[in-house]
Amino acid sequence: MLKKLSIAAIAALSLSAGGALAAGGEGHVHDVDFSFEGPFGKFDQNQLQRGLQVYTEVCSACHGMRYVPIRTLADEGGPHLPADQVRAYAEQTFEVFDAELDDYRPAKPTDHFPEGGDPNAPDLSLMAKARAGFHGPYGTGINQLFKGMGGPEYIVSILTGYTGEEKEEAGTTYYENTAFPGGWIAMAPPLYGEDVEFADGHSNELHHEAEDLAAFLMWAAEPKMMARKQAGFVGVLMLTLLASLLFLTNKKLWAPVKGKEFNG
Amino acid sequence: MSGIPHDHYEPKTGIEKWLHSRLPVVGLMYDTIMIPTPKNLNWWWIWGIVLAFCLVLQIVTGIVLAMHYTPHVDYAFASIEHIMRDVNGGHMLRYIHMNGASLFFFAVYIHLFRGLFYGSYKAPREITWIVGMLIFLMMMGTGFMGYVLPWGQMSFWGATVITGLFGAIPFIGDALQTWLLGGPAVDNYTLNRFFSLHYLLPFVIAALVVVHIWAFHTTGNNNPTGVEVRRGSKEEAEKDTLPFWPYFVIKDLVGLAIVLVIFFAVVGFMPNYFGHPDNYLEANPLVTPAHIVPEWYFLPFYAILRAFTADVWIVMAASWITGGIIDAKFFGVIAMFGSIAVMAIVPWLDTSRVRSGRFRPMFKWWFYLLIIDFIVLMWCGAMPAEPPYSTISLIGSAYWFGYFLVILPILGVIEKPTTPPTTIEEDFNAHYGKPAE
Repeated sequence: MLKKLSIAAIAALSLSAGGALAAGGEGHVHDVDFSFEGPFGKFDQNQLQRGLQVYTEVCSACHGMRYVPIRTLADEGGPHLPADQVRAYAEQTFEVFDAELDDYRPAKPTDHFPEGGDPNAPDLSLMAKARAGFHGPYGTGINQLFKGMGGPEYIVSILTGYTGEEKEEAGTTYYENTAFPGGWIAMAPPLYGEDVEFADGHSNELHHEAEDLAAFLMWAAEPKMMARKQAGFVGVLMLTLLASLLFLTNKKLWAPVKGKEFNG
Repeated sequence: MSGIPHDHYEPKTGIEKWLHSRLPVVGLMYDTIMIPTPKNLNWWWIWGIVLAFCLVLQIVTGIVLAMHYTPHVDYAFASIEHIMRDVNGGHMLRYIHMNGASLFFFAVYIHLFRGLFYGSYKAPREITWIVGMLIFLMMMGTGFMGYVLPWGQMSFWGATVITGLFGAIPFIGDALQTWLLGGPAVDNYTLNRFFSLHYLLPFVIAALVVVHIWAFHTTGNNNPTGVEVRRGSKEEAEKDTLPFWPYFVIKDLVGLAIVLVIFFAVVGFMPNYFGHPDNYLEANPLVTPAHIVPEWYFLPFYAILRAFTADVWIVMAASWITGGIIDAKFFGVIAMFGSIAVMAIVPWLDTSRVRSGRFRPMFKWWFYLLIIDFIVLMWCGAMPAEPPYSTISLIGSAYWFGYFLVILPILGVIEKPTTPPTTIEEDFNAHYGKPAE
């Protein structure tokens, strides 16, 4: 009777959801195959460590990550660095202002990543979730069901999307970028390729650096992703089992009423 | 209307009798859980349980989240990140609460359209329907205020736009808006009162749910045929009904479990799909997002709000007649609240004597069109307010009002319904191939 309604409901679900996300840019974002996509996707620990290196050596000059505690670099499901390495990293890399000392001191693992040096550079803690790359088709956002939200892809596309064109407006230089909404971005190209030297010998071509960084920023924005997927998987499994058992119980319960035999 | 005849609770042991003569609470619970329920209810009737579950889920997760949340403009956004990163299981709690709101509205829309199709709003169930609409309004208020709490960009700008609607009301608008916000603009005082009300309203909803259930337990459930349960005697009633426990409790739980499988897949694998990326940026009163879009469940009504621009003839007419008191903005506000109000008064707009849409050949198609209309409006609500979306929104809004104010009253007169079965038992047996007794 109302079968059409159920189809409509599903359509509504996917339509509307994407619709809500339809806002924003006309920039071009290309899909990247990240290891952490899909229900069983996992962060690649080595990639996160390389991404951390890119962030530390390049991005952190201007961009902060103030919601990310440095200690979480040691967490499982993240870069998973040894505790002593995290301590050394904190001390050697960052200085933070201590209100009690009324002075700057080397950072400790319990501190958060400091704010960036450039007040105009947005904080990167949540950037991978604060942008969506895919909105289509027709603003419905159904693509996101298959490609993911597109936050990390947006980051990769920005970092690799510079055309080399520049223009100056009111004293500010803008750089043409194919991924940025409006086409002109105030950030100078931060990566050119071969900007960092990876200890694991991984390629440091531009798109590799960009992907490693995007993966790291995805972790920074969603550090509990692997735990969440695990919980979701267990939840789905147990509830499927529960639903099956309830279904059989229901069938047996109703069989005499419906004048049927139950052979479950 | 007296209830359906059935066995009542009889206290047997001494202690039961002692308690029953002082406080008949066990009897109340027994009568509630054992209520005779039409045995032909189909799967569209499970959403009530899903909704009850949602309310409990939201209250329980919400209470725990409130233990870790800080309602202050300087700390709110950071406290959400604290929940997501540092609180044990906090990320799951928050994602469940966030997507729980989506499930809540998804369920309420199906529940509502089920009522519209099967004529559940018709006499004698008008009070159940109206209380349901009150719950729906409360849900919208609660959902809206909850979305403000994370203090992201969409929280802030959504609050600014929506409270601005009240400012459009002539004469008292500005004072009303200031009163709602607690000051001249969305700020810390707004966040504080929204937090307070977001915590309060679910309990008001819970009370209204009790009234909702009380009302339809008095009239008895509607059912897919719209034919009433026979009430001549207990024996007769038992041919049309089965007790709620265990038959419908177990059936509803099957439905709930299946819904929760999908819900957990969403929470586990794509928890931000229904959200807006801009809300992962902290609120900034100096930067307006390119598109301010409400949560998906408000989109159809948001589309109706925006559909009535100053160049629409009905808006021009209203403005001319009232000497400019009703401008386009105020007209939009009236249209948005009106679109819910016409649903609330549908018991008196539908003139058909046949209750269920199953036996109304013309009604069916208009109803399916209403569903499509709802989805199209939802899509338009997410799109920028420019052609062709503004035109589509206007047509969609016109159909929404036309359905309730014109089509339903006329259909009841001109439509020739098919013949419903005489009894629920007949319908049930026809469905399961049992010969009628």
